[in-house]
Amino acid sequence: MWDYCGHSLDIALLRGATYADVRVMHHRQRDLTTKSGRVGTLGQSESIGLGIRVVANGAWGFASTDQLTRDGVAHCAAQAVAIARSSALAKKENVLMVPEGSYIDSWQGPCLKDPFEIPLEAQLELLLAADAAMRTVKGVTLSETDMQFRKIDTWFASTAGSKIHQRRVLSGCGVVATSFRGSEIQKRSYPNSFGGQHVLGGYELIEAMDLLRHAPRVAEESVALHSAPQCPERAGTIILGGSQLGLQIHESVGHPIELDRVLGQEANFAGTSFLTLDKLHKLQYASSIVNVVADARPQHGAGLGTFAYDDEGVPAQCIDVIKDGQFSGYLSSRETAHLIGLSRSGGTMRTEGWNRLPMIRMTNVSILPGTWKFSELIADTDDAIYMDTNRSWSIDDRRYQFQFSTEIAWEIKGGKKGKMLKNPSYSGITTEFWNSCDAVSNADDWVLWGTPNCGKGQPMQVMGTGHGASPARFRNVQIGKAFSNQ
Amino acid sequence: MSAKLRKSRQSPAPALRSERDLLQIANVVLRLAKQRGVPETEVHLDESIQALTRFANNTIHQNVADQGLVVSIRTAADGRTARVTTNRIDEDSLRAAIDNCLSLASHQPKDPTLLPMPGKQHYLTVRRFDSATAAITPDDRAHAVKAACQLADKRGQVAAGIFSSGQSQSVLVNSRGLAAAYRHTNATFSVTMQQGSAASWAKANSGMVRHIDPPQLARIASDKAARAQDPVELSPGRFTVILEPAAVLDLVGFLFYDFAGTAVADKRSCFSGRLGKALLGKNITITDDAYHPHQLGSPFDGEGLPRQKVQLVDRGTIKNLVYSRVSAKKAHAKPTGHGVPLPNEYGEAPLNLVVTGGNTSLDQMITSTEHGLLVTRLWYIREVDPYEKVMTGMTRDGLFQIARGKITKAAKNFRFNQSVLEMLRNVDALGPSQRATGEEAFEMVVPPMKIRNFHFSEVTKF
Repeated sequence: MWDYCGHSLDIALLRGATYADVRVMHHRQRDLTTKSGRVGTLGQSESIGLGIRVVANGAWGFASTDQLTRDGVAHCAAQAVAIARSSALAKKENVLMVPEGSYIDSWQGPCLKDPFEIPLEAQLELLLAADAAMRTVKGVTLSETDMQFRKIDTWFASTAGSKIHQRRVLSGCGVVATSFRGSEIQKRSYPNSFGGQHVLGGYELIEAMDLLRHAPRVAEESVALHSAPQCPERAGTIILGGSQLGLQIHESVGHPIELDRVLGQEANFAGTSFLTLDKLHKLQYASSIVNVVADARPQHGAGLGTFAYDDEGVPAQCIDVIKDGQFSGYLSSRETAHLIGLSRSGGTMRTEGWNRLPMIRMTNVSILPGTWKFSELIADTDDAIYMDTNRSWSIDDRRYQFQFSTEIAWEIKGGKKGKMLKNPSYSGITTEFWNSCDAVSNADDWVLWGTPNCGKGQPMQVMGTGHGASPARFRNVQIGKAFSNQ
Repeated sequence: MSAKLRKSRQSPAPALRSERDLLQIANVVLRLAKQRGVPETEVHLDESIQALTRFANNTIHQNVADQGLVVSIRTAADGRTARVTTNRIDEDSLRAAIDNCLSLASHQPKDPTLLPMPGKQHYLTVRRFDSATAAITPDDRAHAVKAACQLADKRGQVAAGIFSSGQSQSVLVNSRGLAAAYRHTNATFSVTMQQGSAASWAKANSGMVRHIDPPQLARIASDKAARAQDPVELSPGRFTVILEPAAVLDLVGFLFYDFAGTAVADKRSCFSGRLGKALLGKNITITDDAYHPHQLGSPFDGEGLPRQKVQLVDRGTIKNLVYSRVSAKKAHAKPTGHGVPLPNEYGEAPLNLVVTGGNTSLDQMITSTEHGLLVTRLWYIREVDPYEKVMTGMTRDGLFQIARGKITKAAKNFRFNQSVLEMLRNVDALGPSQRATGEEAFEMVVPPMKIRNFHFSEVTKF
């Protein structure tokens, strides 16, 4: 692979590039699903190819190929340079990048049990058993389970002299019970909705999730929701479960801090951001107990945003995003860092695959644990609604106004968890919401959740991001608008 | 409308392999599988050459090209099937993929619903490959982008968007003699014009670049951005709205999987228990038609069955669903050629929706509106209630207030929580149907609509 990398870089320079970096990537993936007692998807895929990014005539070009021969990669490099020259036809300024060191390294993410080495029978047996466990509950009309495993090898090289190999194994699993009754579809998922929990790691995740133990519970809850009262519409206190708070962070903190959005580079599709440059170190983003970091380093945990180097060869870092409530930092790249006065990229350039351009993406954007035991937080709450497991999510294109609904909720009355509520939702304005946070649970309930399906870019790229979160309490929040006036 | 592209002096754009080349690769797979004693084998080959020039802040900031061929193999033996996909096409890799597929399939329980693979089929011819579109070069795209950026510069605005073009082909064969092939070209121009804190947007997509007019799209977005200044904040509530085609597409598009026979059988469709009922307005007729002149897409499904034209909604009544072979058998219906590649849990889906239009122009809709809102585009649409099909999302890039038949001013963007079923009972007027493109649903043929009592629940800050 290094030969292909080196040859393509040489050709790029020969053709007139002033900078180039190249990624050979090999993706292997296994997808397993069941539905109502039968195997659904059963497939495996692999993809290998090379993508090269160049600067020529002061502008960017990118080309990719699955022709892994010396001729194939040479043609690809020449094509990237030709594209860069076309870009220069409509450029305003030359590309400028902050300096970065060169690294020769090899890194492998944590993986105790290679999921591709675990017998398929064992994987299917577990899923079918969990599927069956859900169907033992009367009223469940659809049971679904899934597992997904990916193994990604990346060979990165640049004309600055870096040669970095990384291997990341990613695993995910989940179960979903759906109940249709009358004119209502209710659903419960474990450990999270939309594919379950996903981490950087191996089959040990699947074992830790204990799907069999939780399958009957979510099945019973999906049926019980039909008889639960409707979540009321009012302003009041909410407590969010950790996975829901993780998605709240993703949408209302993670995306607004992407510097490419802030600078207008995503204006046509993903949108821009209310976090204009004048707000850095000035905006009271959240209450003073809120601390959020973007941490790609392995010591933060094995998340979907964990790596040793980003896809432009910058070492993983921890960035303060919200420090004691104040807005403290953006996600940046080598090209954007200097625009906010940084001398170094924050190391957040990531690509979906060999045929896609690296772009600024979330790493692990996490709220740091607070001081409350979760049980004490509940006991301290007189009147609230505790919402758990995302059902829908939506936010405007500048990331001000959001609305989330969750699969389930419970009343909190007099410090105790009370009756179940169906169709919960809440909405608000990002900074008002985060400034209303008055309690964050401690590390005992902090989980590094994985969001495997974050879409951004044109052509669209899907990326996995991590979000460490523990349950937290918010005051005076608008509740129940999603189901009002229908 | 036609794209006025400057003649490029660059080397020719890369070309797809010939259909014969792809069939040769497929036949290698069938031969290797036969040598392994596989009773049934299916081979999909998908080749794609795509390029996209992206601009923002009145300059090109990303400019990419990719090319790839993927081979997807399904084996079936003794009631067990699995799929393996690879982009390695040498014989050793293909042999390894077959072995891998056999191994995956053998480790699962028998599926009593698995059907034998279909034999030879007959397809209607569709011609959707345009050599002019396939020949577009990076220089061609750069010149068109430059013109949009110059317009923005001239008007004190900031342009962002894409100009993409490409070509792709699919070949599907199986060991029972089925053989199908399809190729098309594609082009998209999308532009956002920003002026101060306001913005507007225009986008077009077609199989033929001559049907796309980047300068006109840039002018439309620019004019609307200029008009979107100083938006007023309105109180949320129920409004008469005029949805431009992109907004209609992005809402109605969310219905597509509800028309799947499997979704109804699984009781997760909003049409479960509602077949044959007059659920929508009498002015709503929806068809799935892969052969409509404004559609793209292959004339065969994931198993190689010919796609049928299916009337899904007839004057408000839910008439028919689409079926794969398996779901059709279960429902005692005929397969409609809408299956997705096996094995899967989804069954099928209509991918070529056509909503029948009317003859009310957008201008007539505006002049006939006493009080209402014109909606350019919707954003971040998600399902709130799957059975009533309540969707939430935001307006974006141009929300305009209408008073006494005229657009009077821009309005701050709203969040909506609206049942699509209710919305399609409240349509007062439809315009001519057209190929629409947005960001939430895949391209379809839909009309603009004037709708009463559309529910906006909250307002944002811009």
